[in-house]
Amino acid sequence: MADLLSPLNWLAALLQALLFALAAPLLVAWIKRIKSRLQNRRGPSLLQPYRDLRKLFIKEVRVAHTASPLFRAAPYLVFVATLTAAASVPLLAVKLPTAVLADVIVLVGFLALARFFLALAGMDVGTAFGGMGASREMLISGLAEPAMLMAVFTLTMSAHSTNLSSVIQHVLDSGLLLRPSFLFALLGLLLVAVAETGRIPVDNPATHLELTMVHEAMILEYSGRHLALMEWASHIKLLLYGVLISNVFLPWGISGDLSPAGLLTGAAAITLKLMGLGAVLAVSETVVAKMRLFRVPGFLNLAFMLSLLGMLSHVILEVGA
Amino acid sequence: MNLAHLSLLEQTVFVLAALALFLSFALLAQTRLTTMIHLFAWQGFLLALLTGVVATVAHTHHLYISALLTLALKALLIPWMLHRLTRRLQLERHQERLQHQALVMMAAAGLVIFSYWIVLPIARLELISTRNVISLSLAIVQLGMLLMVARRQVVAQVIGFMSMENGLFLAAVAATRGMPLVVELGIAFDVLVAAVLFGVFFFHIRESIDTLDVDQLTRLSEEEREQ
Repeated sequence: MADLLSPLNWLAALLQALLFALAAPLLVAWIKRIKSRLQNRRGPSLLQPYRDLRKLFIKEVRVAHTASPLFRAAPYLVFVATLTAAASVPLLAVKLPTAVLADVIVLVGFLALARFFLALAGMDVGTAFGGMGASREMLISGLAEPAMLMAVFTLTMSAHSTNLSSVIQHVLDSGLLLRPSFLFALLGLLLVAVAETGRIPVDNPATHLELTMVHEAMILEYSGRHLALMEWASHIKLLLYGVLISNVFLPWGISGDLSPAGLLTGAAAITLKLMGLGAVLAVSETVVAKMRLFRVPGFLNLAFMLSLLGMLSHVILEVGA
Repeated sequence: MNLAHLSLLEQTVFVLAALALFLSFALLAQTRLTTMIHLFAWQGFLLALLTGVVATVAHTHHLYISALLTLALKALLIPWMLHRLTRRLQLERHQERLQHQALVMMAAAGLVIFSYWIVLPIARLELISTRNVISLSLAIVQLGMLLMVARRQVVAQVIGFMSMENGLFLAAVAATRGMPLVVELGIAFDVLVAAVLFGVFFFHIRESIDTLDVDQLTRLSEEEREQ
């Protein structure tokens, strides 16, 4: 790979990662906007998450007496791990140098690393809420991860590669194919994404009600820039799943090279896809009520079953004899 | 075989068959009777659609008739009859407690793999483009059987039986582009009659043992039931 050494390509990869971080709050604002509209409210402006983040960055950091250094380090670790994971997902173009590390298993690993430190930070101060949130998060992720890996393996079996760029290129090359396995993997991955990014019906990002919160319970003790980094990381994670789903299953429009025209088309395409996906998420969040925690395993079982069926139907129907 | 060599319609057949298999899984996981009947109706609808698509692909006109028949019987009439039965038996809100749920699901996945392995020699003959669907249809038959084994509630068992028949029908469509029309008509009315008879039986069972839980049938006398 000669492209690997070209500084221009690295610059493009860096810019893409930056764009990922900068665009993430926008998606959250977009979902909020549509949800408000569906509830007959005007809703906050699309820039509100940026204002919130700025306010938090300016504010003073307060740390509990019982907190260990891990508590201070965790926000940076979580943010960097999530951003690295995001940098490996092709956003506008396929053939970036980061494509070498754009392995799906590495991606899942980075997200698991971020979650690990998030859960540790939740338990660190020793409050009841932090520990409760951490244990719930681990329950959900322990069930979501097999489903996600199974869905991902279905994709990689079709493309004969665990590299995200190659998977996307493969889907692009094979044109419009109605694959039952991709349908199931898509459904499974959507359910996993809902669970992993803490949206309704698994978790409600807008509530601080003691009995129901999962993600909010873990970051309850954080303030100032620490809280800003945690929030930002969760925004990036949402965007990451959105980009992953829309670029793998509907890759049309993504750029194959780094020409300005190609990148512009890529940007327009991904914006449209994410707007659509965000609208779907907002509608489903309006229609569906939050589940009791003990029903989450059933929900994730369904995701696992869908992914498993995707794998089976790939073997049975698409490879055949 | 490569999926890319098939036309879009043939790919649709695969997607529909896979969705029908998914509905069999959903039937296994569902506890509410009313929702089970809905799922069963959707499976019938998918089969009718699939038969219509196969008829278009293979230019076999009698398949259109069996598609219509499937739609009328399995997607509309039988589910309606089952709904009426559950209403009259006051089972609309009935919710069964599933036993060994995870085990049943794993067994279901195992059955799908097993039926794939069974059908492998047939699929190797490469006679027909939809040959891979045969293993899915066999899987639907076995999942219906598993549903009958796993449930204790009579109406749920009947739905399992009917979805077995769905699997057989799918196998016929996928393997040989449908059976002769006379046979198909016969089977369709067979199922209809079965549905009517089951309805009568439900009432008899409930009258004699006061419940539709078939586990009670294994006990021999009244006295034993009191324990």
